[in-house]
Amino acid sequence: MTRISSTDQVSPDVASVRPVAAAGLTASRAVVRARRVGERIVAAVLVLLGAATAAFLAQASLPGDRATTILNIRSGQAVERTPDELAPIIAQFGLDRPLVSQYLAYMGGLVRGDLGVSYQQFRPVWDIVGEQLWATLVLSLTAIALAWLIMVIWVTSTAGRGPRTRALGEFADTVTAGLPHYWLGIVLLLVFALNLGWFPVLGGTGPEALLLPALTLAIPLAGFMGQATRAEFERGLAQPFVVSARMRGMSDTGVRLRHVLRHAVLPAVTLSGWALGATISGAVVVESIFNRPGIGRVLVTAVSSQDIPVVTGIVVVIAAFYVVANLIVDLVYTAVDPRVRIA
Amino acid sequence: MSVITRQDAPAPVRERRRPAPGLIASLVLLGLVLVAVFAPSVLAPASPTANDFAAALQAPSAAHWFGTDEAGRDLFTRIVWGAAQSLLIGVGAAAVSLSLAVVLGTTAALAGRFVSGAIGLVIEILFAFPALLLALLLVAILGPSAWTQVLAVGIGTAPGYARIVRGQVLAAKDSGYVEAATSLGHPRPRIVFGHILPNSLRPLVAIFALSVGQSIVWASSLAFLGLGVAPPSSEWGALLDAGRPFITQAPWLVVIPGLVIVALALAATTLGKHVSIALEKGEKA
Repeated sequence: MTRISSTDQVSPDVASVRPVAAAGLTASRAVVRARRVGERIVAAVLVLLGAATAAFLAQASLPGDRATTILNIRSGQAVERTPDELAPIIAQFGLDRPLVSQYLAYMGGLVRGDLGVSYQQFRPVWDIVGEQLWATLVLSLTAIALAWLIMVIWVTSTAGRGPRTRALGEFADTVTAGLPHYWLGIVLLLVFALNLGWFPVLGGTGPEALLLPALTLAIPLAGFMGQATRAEFERGLAQPFVVSARMRGMSDTGVRLRHVLRHAVLPAVTLSGWALGATISGAVVVESIFNRPGIGRVLVTAVSSQDIPVVTGIVVVIAAFYVVANLIVDLVYTAVDPRVRIA
Repeated sequence: MSVITRQDAPAPVRERRRPAPGLIASLVLLGLVLVAVFAPSVLAPASPTANDFAAALQAPSAAHWFGTDEAGRDLFTRIVWGAAQSLLIGVGAAAVSLSLAVVLGTTAALAGRFVSGAIGLVIEILFAFPALLLALLLVAILGPSAWTQVLAVGIGTAPGYARIVRGQVLAAKDSGYVEAATSLGHPRPRIVFGHILPNSLRPLVAIFALSVGQSIVWASSLAFLGLGVAPPSSEWGALLDAGRPFITQAPWLVVIPGLVIVALALAATTLGKHVSIALEKGEKA
């Protein structure tokens, strides 16, 4: 629930006051734009490299002798091992090589899509992650879509109304943004699945089993995005273009939907890249409440059994999603808001 | 740093309105939590570990305000007695988080080009891990315990705050008073410690309140997943973990501790918001 400062966003006051560019400037503008895109891509690659390095360091920093730990995790025991028992493990994981060469091997593996081998299950981490990834992605994308729907309806109908309605809207944003997933999930489960019986209580992969988990992730996200959108929406309502649209005879609802909303959702667009990472990590909690398959549950199991390669593998995959989503959002943002392109 | 209001000038009408009900509710709740921390027996005279198997899994009633658990222990009593440890974890994690944020954020803003670029990158990398994920990674390495919770939540939430600190320090660095001090020939350490840091770190007072609330929520999420303090304790996260198997028979065992955590986090956020508004007003006055 980290708050993202909006300082690096272009404020609407910095609208293009510059004179319309002459035709000769178009070429240099394209260069500027290409450079901006290039910088973003380099930054994304560096962040990914750092995330992978952190993942490697996490594996290397496991306390105690690593070969013994691996063997004990695999057999579920905690005993001293003889060198004979350890030798195959050391050979398999290359633990006798210097750390730098282990690091290079790990990074090389990542480039080929090899996330290492699970300490506990003996299988490649990518297989374990791959078979669960889809369920989690469906959950988080549904949650983001639902969050947008809830947020747009709620903000459009409450922002800039009378003081009571506004206070209610703001209050709901603040409260929902702070709700922990475990609490909301359990309350939804108790009310809609156990008491009302509208939804299945346990598991299932059908669409009816998707709604409650997705809502659990969507409601806090809607509150969070709502806070950013509401401020922008109310600023938008005070703009001259609203008065001129009303003078043309457009209805209030029409103005809100066609003109103001467009400006207001920009901060929420920026947040959507971040939201993908946030909902995937929220899925850790939600999947274990609703007994849904997915990488979140795999992650919890791996953390409690100290199966570090699985943990770091999932962390690297989620970091990759986060970075790529943010890159896309950045590029979309440039396309949607012409002011950023010029600046 | 108290804000002194001038008595001579008539205050504008808006200033005189009664304090927001949200603020009052938050202060009352925070007061109750502080009583629970320092003198739990005032609120709940019974022992938090007194078993009464005849009264197991009872719903909330006049005798047991928040109901009882599977061993007949009174949930209200356990929540009151667990407040100290829960708050300690929250404050500890917030302290870890903000210290890290201040070190990373100020260095990123003030160091030379190379160092600040490198640290900026570290902040961005850490920020790319969602907080819960970073915390889980640390729990996987260190094994679950209260100390791990403090460290994991502290480190997990630090990158977001580090970005805020960096922004604040950069703003102070470019301000008129720093320019003035520089042109007066003041030495750089004096400018950094006498002007830039005090001005840019003041908003952290408000962020600290917010961060304690958030930390308690994150720590309780870890505990809910069974990765926090072990259940016999009456720490709030441990209560959630212990109540999970009884969700269908005794939902209050999870819902009520969760509600207490949400209420405390909300109160801390409200307080933080009001403090930061007060600080801004103080700066303008």
